Amino acid sequence: MAEVVPVTAKGRPEQAGPESTRGGIYFTPRFDIYETENELLLMAEVPGVKAEDVNLHYEQGELILHAQVKPRANPERFLAREYEVGDFYRAFKVSESIDASKIEASCKNGVLTLHLPKVEAARPRQIKVHGE
Amino acid sequence: MKLSRWQPFNEVWNPLEQFRREMNRLFENFGQGFTPATGAFPQLNLWEDGEAVLVEAELPGVDQKDLEIYVTGGNQLTIKGQRKQPELPRGVWHRQERVFGEFSRTVTLPFLVDAEKVESHLRDGVLTIRLPKHESARPRKIAVKGE
Repeated sequence: MAEVVPVTAKGRPEQAGPESTRGGIYFTPRFDIYETENELLLMAEVPGVKAEDVNLHYEQGELILHAQVKPRANPERFLAREYEVGDFYRAFKVSESIDASKIEASCKNGVLTLHLPKVEAARPRQIKVHGE
Repeated sequence: MKLSRWQPFNEVWNPLEQFRREMNRLFENFGQGFTPATGAFPQLNLWEDGEAVLVEAELPGVDQKDLEIYVTGGNQLTIKGQRKQPELPRGVWHRQERVFGEFSRTVTLPFLVDAEKVESHLRDGVLTIRLPKHESARPRKIAVKGE
């Protein structure tokens, strides 16, 4: 059974992980994590992020996501301001054995989808039971 | 322009003044900050550019065809839709932080808008709506007559 331990806590904007030299607010994106027979499937909400703005790093079982969000509106005054805009950052320790060379990622409608295929040895195997 | 107040001490040396400013800053930001996740959805940013009111919402994972926008009564904006969970093969959940289902929110705009000319875009999970002000809500220059 794979276990995914978050390095950062979920929730409000915060400074998580190594600090950026650029400063500013970071947001922790919401993640869904799902495990199938062959892979770990991660889906993250990153509104305003295009594929080319996503920076993904996987090393020694640690997956780091940093997505840059360009400021969209900068009026002198907001009539209502219920959320703020900033980069997304989140890191996970992935204890499952992952074939890093086969990680695939795509970004659509503000949702980042990551496929982390398990290494062959970590996949469940159906054991054939032979009769006589 | 802000009027400066007479201050008996230099601000730097006045912790009370500093405290007052700090409190003012807190209250200024109050209400502009973050509403709890259990509150209205979607959360909105609203601003105006003279000609129009602009509304922005973050709707990651919402398909364009599952989104409806209405303007009623000249100044009631309704954003309605649903976020559908993608179909998944057999497996187990480790984390479920995203929320799916139907949502609807109606807000009253500070101006009457021209419902015919409303434009909206959904790009990378960000919805932007531009609602041009109604003729009657636009600023009008009044000529000042001489004698």
